[in-house]
Amino acid sequence: MGKVKTIARRTFLVGSVAILGGVAFGTYAYKKPIANPIAGKAAAITPYVLIDASGVTLITPRAEMGQGVQTTLAALLAEEMDLDWDQVRVMHGPASRAYFNAAILEEGVPFAPTNDSWLAETARGAMHIPAKFLGMQITGGSSSTPDAYEKMRAAGAVARVALVSAAARRTGLAEDDLRTERGAVVLPDGVRIDYVDLAVDAAASDLPDVPPLRARAAWRLLGRSLPRVDMVAKVTGTAQFTADIRHPGMLFATARSNPGLWAGVASYDATAALTMPGVVAVVPVPNGVAVVAASTWAAFKAMEAVEIEWEAAPYAATDGEMRAEVAASFVAERQDSRKRDDGDVDSVLTADAFAAEYAVPYLAHATMEPMTAGAWLEAGRLRVWAGNQLPTQVLKEAAAITGLDEAAIDVETPVMGGGFGRRAEMDFIKQAITVAKAMEGRPVLLTWTREEDMTHDAYRPMAMARVRGAVADGKVAFDLHLAAPAVMESQMGRLGMNIPGPDATIVQGAWEQPYGFADYRVTGYRVPAGVPVGSWRSVGASQNAFFHESAVDELAHLAGVDPLEFRLSQIAHDPSRKVLEAVAAACDWGNTPAGRARGLAFCLSFGVPTAQVIEVAQTPAGLRMTNAWAAVDVGVALDPANIEAQVQGGMIYGLSAAISGEITFANGYVQQTNFPDYDGLRMWQCPSIAVQILENGTKIRGIGEPGTPPAAPALANAIFALTGQRIRALPLNKAIDFA
Amino acid sequence: MPGDTPLLWALRDGLNLTGTKYGCGVAACGACTVHVDGVAVRSCQLALGDVAGAVTTIEGLGTPDAMHAVQAAWVQHQVAQCGYCQSGQVMQAAALLAETPAPSDVQIDDAMGGNLCRCGTYPRIKAAVLTAATALRG
Repeated sequence: MGKVKTIARRTFLVGSVAILGGVAFGTYAYKKPIANPIAGKAAAITPYVLIDASGVTLITPRAEMGQGVQTTLAALLAEEMDLDWDQVRVMHGPASRAYFNAAILEEGVPFAPTNDSWLAETARGAMHIPAKFLGMQITGGSSSTPDAYEKMRAAGAVARVALVSAAARRTGLAEDDLRTERGAVVLPDGVRIDYVDLAVDAAASDLPDVPPLRARAAWRLLGRSLPRVDMVAKVTGTAQFTADIRHPGMLFATARSNPGLWAGVASYDATAALTMPGVVAVVPVPNGVAVVAASTWAAFKAMEAVEIEWEAAPYAATDGEMRAEVAASFVAERQDSRKRDDGDVDSVLTADAFAAEYAVPYLAHATMEPMTAGAWLEAGRLRVWAGNQLPTQVLKEAAAITGLDEAAIDVETPVMGGGFGRRAEMDFIKQAITVAKAMEGRPVLLTWTREEDMTHDAYRPMAMARVRGAVADGKVAFDLHLAAPAVMESQMGRLGMNIPGPDATIVQGAWEQPYGFADYRVTGYRVPAGVPVGSWRSVGASQNAFFHESAVDELAHLAGVDPLEFRLSQIAHDPSRKVLEAVAAACDWGNTPAGRARGLAFCLSFGVPTAQVIEVAQTPAGLRMTNAWAAVDVGVALDPANIEAQVQGGMIYGLSAAISGEITFANGYVQQTNFPDYDGLRMWQCPSIAVQILENGTKIRGIGEPGTPPAAPALANAIFALTGQRIRALPLNKAIDFA
Repeated sequence: MPGDTPLLWALRDGLNLTGTKYGCGVAACGACTVHVDGVAVRSCQLALGDVAGAVTTIEGLGTPDAMHAVQAAWVQHQVAQCGYCQSGQVMQAAALLAETPAPSDVQIDDAMGGNLCRCGTYPRIKAAVLTAATALRG
């Protein structure tokens, strides 16, 4: 604490992590301050609190892609600052290393999230140091809330103390005689001094130590379902997404990229396009060509008239060949990890043990808003506005393309029309910046067509599993082999980063499951890099929960044990047991209405135990989901209504993929081009979904992703329960008709 | 703008009415839904030259200070997540309720089935449509 006192106001963020994360100041470089990115703009008390004449603005430096993060992060600050909810204004804030995400790397440590041992905690804590070195301001991995939970409450508390201290100096009263309420310091006689009037004085003084954070019993905002800060704007059409931001003299562009993913352009001929109405320019961009015009529609039309010769992409031509490569990867040379090896599966599993193979296809993210980015290069400054999950990386890419110093670049992160991992990629943003450089002086908005978006994703990888298992005298032997390309290698490689060691995504959502099987082994195999792959909502858990929980269901059936009883008898983690019990109680498991059947699945992902039940019925038009239930444990539930929405949405996202999601390749090109070929669940297909939120876990967790993984196996297990048909390959609609 | 320009792009790039969204360009997602004489249409499929009637966009339905009953119900149920499809969802629901003041579950499913939401807000959309229907019937 003593050290922290000497740290100047602008280094507050580093100080707060040092105190609250329990991380020692290890090296000089780690202690070295990161400048407050909002200093000098009105009165910035910490990097999270900005006060000007019109009020208090809270900086919530995680991207809002629908998950409600800006509301929850603002509530953390407002709670400790004694702001009322109607006084809260938020902005994402600039791209800055000050807003690094310390929690994101925790998923990579070789300890299961259920492991609270000293060693595991120390490893997680140590990840905070490289996270800062990387300076990654990233939204993903369901990490925003765990990362912010103490950091942003501390920022709010410190800001409040600084304001009280300023009021004490001004009035000559003792700080202990002052209290705060509704955005003001209140004197003993009831006189109120607004924060706005105190901000300049407060910002001028050194920040105090972090005071004790409020006990949960004293919370006014946290733990309650708050109206989202972006709700009114989003239902009145006034929310400004990337493509809604207008600048004087703005030009509209689109790009066509090589359908051979991430490969280049051999040559192009823009002669015809340049004669078309409204066309201003045709510009070569990374992986493609862009047309700049007077309207987006004019750009779309002219883009079709550009003749382009593409370079060949260095991967297999068809998904059939790709599948063969995955199937050939279950070999010792390709073994990537064996993070779980309990008991001795080899001696227990005999030749007649249960054995099965499962497979999932490539998936697109298919956000509602196609990839869109704006950029404006003028007088030695660049302004980039683009929905993105990695603002500091945008800064880097922009500096590399334009040659400008990062200090001459502003990155804005507007609300985005869905992210799901897709907007952690830089491809479309690099294209927009390249166009802006060519059109120097003019703001340019670059919008991809839906067809470009669908055919140029960083797809969820195709993957396979082979499992062997047996149940004898209540003892389970479970040997799971997982083969998938390395998502982190592919994704971080595109960002110019090398991630050494095993790729955690190959076995994510499988190796760390809290079952206590007597003999339990999970082995990951790295499929050689082919089609570029990326993070898709819940990443490795999105496929591995389907593999793991389908196989567990099969074993329960073979053992003649009810799927719920089977899981309860094997689960070795109390919060996980409780979500299973909660979902079973909610649906009255065991008392399924006549003509219907239910499937159960469980997955612990991103530290959140999640259990789901899906009920199905056969109708003349096909199979229908009639009801669904979910129970999750987030440790601390900050905003129950938002958690419910994320679980429902995550589940529907997973069900869309499970039922019909599939990306295929022919001649190296993606064959699905628009929603008619790659649809999401529609309202009539969607069951009611009852969500229960538990708080038995030892830590606060994020909820953007955990709703997704159990959805596919819960549905597949329900289909088995109804029809006796075990479907081991997704999408399910290849094997069964849905209404 | 040329008469073959889709209404969507005339609204967005010509008039800076950006509440109406581009989602697919092939009438498969409903993000671009507007009203023409009160009827819900996909503005990505309607050429400017073929517009015959009064066009209402999300901006014309209600404003943050004076929301339409459908928008108020959307806020009450905290429907939106990313929000990109919600202009279209709201316009589709408003047209449904103008035509069918007390829709059944199946009528809601049928009317809203063309509006895709990748965030999965359907359970709350359905609840909000029912709330709005009650409010509009007074």
